Amino acid sequence: MEKKPDDKLIIAGREFGSRLMVGTGKYTTMEQMVRAIEASGAEVITVAVRRVNISDRSKESLLDHIDLKKYTLLPNTAGCYNAEDAVRTCRLAREAGLSDFVKLEVLGDEKTLFPDNEELLKAAKVLIKEGFTVLPYTSDDPIVCKKLEDIGCAAVMPLGAPIGSGLGIRNPYNIRIILDTVRVPVIVDAGVGTASDAAIAMELGCHGVLMNTGIAGAQDPVAMAEAMKLAVRAGRLAYLAGRIPKKLYATASSPIEGIMT
Amino acid sequence: MNIVVNGEPQSIESMTVLAYLEKIAIDPRRVAVELNLDILPKADYASTLLNEGDRIEIVHFVGGG
Repeated sequence: MEKKPDDKLIIAGREFGSRLMVGTGKYTTMEQMVRAIEASGAEVITVAVRRVNISDRSKESLLDHIDLKKYTLLPNTAGCYNAEDAVRTCRLAREAGLSDFVKLEVLGDEKTLFPDNEELLKAAKVLIKEGFTVLPYTSDDPIVCKKLEDIGCAAVMPLGAPIGSGLGIRNPYNIRIILDTVRVPVIVDAGVGTASDAAIAMELGCHGVLMNTGIAGAQDPVAMAEAMKLAVRAGRLAYLAGRIPKKLYATASSPIEGIMT
Repeated sequence: MNIVVNGEPQSIESMTVLAYLEKIAIDPRRVAVELNLDILPKADYASTLLNEGDRIEIVHFVGGG
């Protein structure tokens, strides 16, 4: 195996030392968010694009709290239900952040927040033509992931389970098939509830994990952020180390030879 | 004159986009502006005059997944 345990995550030619990406939503305070992101070791952090409140300017600005030299912002299109709105949001995000990286999500339904893959593909095509580096949040569907890769997405980000559900990796077999199907990085996005979920994603061979609620919603978000950092690292190392095959019966760990009779 | 900012009708004097942002205490570096559905590049804020009936969107980054 040529890969080293400290191998980098490479997306569209850009190298990242951490394979964990985290969101910035749902924290109780900005201070808590900053500490959690720090503890997670993440280098890529997602943000949402929203209207400025023009009548009440007292609210703190997110970017006042984030060191842009340290983190790569990944603006999302959360809340967009069609390709047109998602494309519009990405164009605004690029202008606000001066980076081409976008987390493209086009939602199909408010209850499940499952992706509308038809609109997702439509939006991705437009954005790629406009020079965006598109990281699409998608279903754990290998066919859709292949299509996203074929049109030029820089990675695919299949869900492990519905956004914010904490149900973990519901279909590890599909994730494995996706890993066999595409050559771009596969980043599990959504569904991670606790450290073992993140480790499982990485043990399957995923290139990274993106989460928000799993950390921000924990009773102690800063501690959970560190747990996730360790889990992603542990899962990656275990994947690279190559696990033993599963067997139904025991194999003794101690030598049979020399047992006293 | 009347314009619509982030969906809200506003009555303002004639001014540039940059002047308007300063008037409502917004740091131009931290936002993106859309003028009548087209992105307005930051470099054009100072030279673009707002016109009667313009619809502008001013967005920024907030916490999100």
